[in-house]
Amino acid sequence: MSEVSAQQNPNAILSDDGVPLKQKLARTTRTLKWRAFLLTLPLVLFLFISFVLPIGQMLLRSVHNPSASNVLPQFAEIIQDWDEQGLPDEAVFAAFVDDMQTAKKNREIGKTIGNLATRMNYEMPGTRSLFTSTGRKVNKIKAGPYKEALLKTNKKWDNPVIWRTLKRVSRDYTPAFYLAALDRKYDDDGNIVRADELYQIYVSNFGKTLGMSVVITFFCFILAFPVAYLLSTLPMRTSNLLMILVLLPFWTSLLVRTTAWIAILQTEGIINDILVYLGVVADDGRIQMIYNQTGTIISMVHILLPFMILPLYSVMKTISPSYMRAARSMGGTPFNAFRRIYFPQTLPGIAAGTLLVFILSIGFYITPALVGGEDGILISNLIAYHIQKSLNWSLGAALGAILLVVILVLYWLYNKLVGIEKLSFG
Amino acid sequence: MKLPKLLLSSLIAAGLMSTAGLAQAGSHSESITVVSWGGAYTKSQVEAYHKPWIAKTGKQIKSEDYNGGTAEIKAQVEAGNVTWDLVDVELSDAIRACDEGLLETIDHSELPAGADGKPATEDFMEGTLHECAVANIVWSTIFAYDKSKMADGPKTIADFFDLEKFPGKRGLRKNPKSNLEFALMADGVAAKDVYEVLATEEGVDRAFKKLDSIKDSVIWWEAGAQPPQLLADGEVAMTTAYNGRIFNAVAGEDKPFEIVWDGQIWDLDLWVIPKGAKNKDLAMDFLKFSTATEQLAAQASYISYGPARMSSAPLVGKYHNKDIDMGPQMPTAPDNLTNAVQNNFEFWADNQDQLSERFNAWLAG
Repeated sequence: MSEVSAQQNPNAILSDDGVPLKQKLARTTRTLKWRAFLLTLPLVLFLFISFVLPIGQMLLRSVHNPSASNVLPQFAEIIQDWDEQGLPDEAVFAAFVDDMQTAKKNREIGKTIGNLATRMNYEMPGTRSLFTSTGRKVNKIKAGPYKEALLKTNKKWDNPVIWRTLKRVSRDYTPAFYLAALDRKYDDDGNIVRADELYQIYVSNFGKTLGMSVVITFFCFILAFPVAYLLSTLPMRTSNLLMILVLLPFWTSLLVRTTAWIAILQTEGIINDILVYLGVVADDGRIQMIYNQTGTIISMVHILLPFMILPLYSVMKTISPSYMRAARSMGGTPFNAFRRIYFPQTLPGIAAGTLLVFILSIGFYITPALVGGEDGILISNLIAYHIQKSLNWSLGAALGAILLVVILVLYWLYNKLVGIEKLSFG
Repeated sequence: MKLPKLLLSSLIAAGLMSTAGLAQAGSHSESITVVSWGGAYTKSQVEAYHKPWIAKTGKQIKSEDYNGGTAEIKAQVEAGNVTWDLVDVELSDAIRACDEGLLETIDHSELPAGADGKPATEDFMEGTLHECAVANIVWSTIFAYDKSKMADGPKTIADFFDLEKFPGKRGLRKNPKSNLEFALMADGVAAKDVYEVLATEEGVDRAFKKLDSIKDSVIWWEAGAQPPQLLADGEVAMTTAYNGRIFNAVAGEDKPFEIVWDGQIWDLDLWVIPKGAKNKDLAMDFLKFSTATEQLAAQASYISYGPARMSSAPLVGKYHNKDIDMGPQMPTAPDNLTNAVQNNFEFWADNQDQLSERFNAWLAG
């Protein structure tokens, strides 16, 4: 092959072994690239398995829920042809009864009548027992007409809304969980409507989570800026000492710091004790500072503070003091010099710090769970509730996916406004 | 030279440890993991069931605590890694988990006959045997107060919601279950009509409105061991609780607590075996042993929960180390049943999801 290319281009520079230099170079760099790729392969695999795969699965689960078609495979297929007028015809009922009998017999995990009942109960609260009790009687139905026989086991089957809902949940892919996550639902006619006000919880909680994250980021910034400035301007010995004071809590377990705040802020805690001792508040009028939003904000600001201080510090450290001196010597007032010369140079640090703190606080879980009480909980706590307690994993996944999208949009917006290349973690 | 030596020695140490781990795992196959609600209740089971069974069979029992619900069982069964062999659950959870295929079915004919010779299916009280579950006790959610702090204490469930007559914080379980029933009864609904009213939208509204009237004074608890502690610490003036927990604080720790039986909501606790439990046969053996007439009666001498077998009733005597008759302390004692309601498992299986959602929205609002 080398001969061929040499013939094609007689002027090509050849290496020692007669291969054109260009080709040889390409080959070497390709091997190098492969070797480099092989080195990163464990990391790529790790990221794929621990990051891409679970997130993909979560996104899938939020729209894909085959509970109904797993339990009622024949029914799920033929119900789709039904025109939704009145009750379905006999063939549909026959398939339904047959599928129910099979499910009752098999008791296979994920394919039981209970799974179907759970899924239906999400869409039509109060129908679980209709399915489970029918499941107990369904084996008594030996022959058709199946419609009549089923209506005899329970006259609730006479309700067309149940069959319309069944048709909807028989499709494996459904937007229902995103609707629920946005406080929407289907009404009896299949239109999308707002959920009853008493059941609305997610949209307002997303709003609250964003609002609290803004407040927490703001307080972190206000507190971190002077500290970072001090750290970067003090002589090395003192600043190192101060740095340790910043880093020690940073290295301390999150749980320890959160429980420390409980000890400090609770009604029988240190602050209240001191206030009572000083006579500022009465013994029976102790201030509630924890197990509410205030508690969440105070402890989260403390926990996230280092994430603001460190990027700010690393950027401020690189700003030469001579700039400020020059500004002052040219007649700038201290405020003006700060505003027009010093502050703009800290922007990359501010950008990094706020982005870090904001995104961390949107997804914060442990601290609000411990000190949030009833009104200080964030969206991540609701997600955990659906994953661990209510076991509605699809709804949990839909909430998680919305949270992911919110963060990506914010990131994109941030990139537009500030520019991600300005980001500096030092 | 130093580093390789260190590496080598740590490798050896790790190797030794892993073989030690293997040896331990070997002996573990002869043990079962029994999961229950912790505190005084688990203790009563350890005394009445675990210890005699261990003495009889020579096998071991690993006891774990949880706070109810089917989440852990579901997670274990679906992941195919079932580490719990036997779990003590509430009736509505047993039915629901059974319907979802998360539990092993239990053959009732294998259960031992009663002490009077009656077969198990006749000896167990009505509604206490299920496809996947065998009841051990009848328990109740009641409310209690500290009589050393309130000489003229509350008498009815309505008093629990009366902040004017009885000021102070209230403890409630962080769950709509039982709270909605209490609220309706306090609002004047007769015990027998509670679930009928609760099945209507207006009924649920009415219950939440009643809960609203004390919301700002409520401290929410989750584990059964919390309410006696809340009372003892003076954190609450009165609290709902499981009756056995309060009884044990009184009998075992001489706490001056008083149970108000008016409006009690009684329920069953049942043994279930998660599907695919690693030690299923051994767990079944323990289940049969622990629900025998004598064991159920023995448990009643450690905690005031009623045995699920009729043949156990005549054997129920006094508290294990004190001169307290256990009979009148049971949720099923006639004097305690004057205004009582049985937890309606079907209602809760149907409405738990929706009402929890509303309850959470209400809590956060």
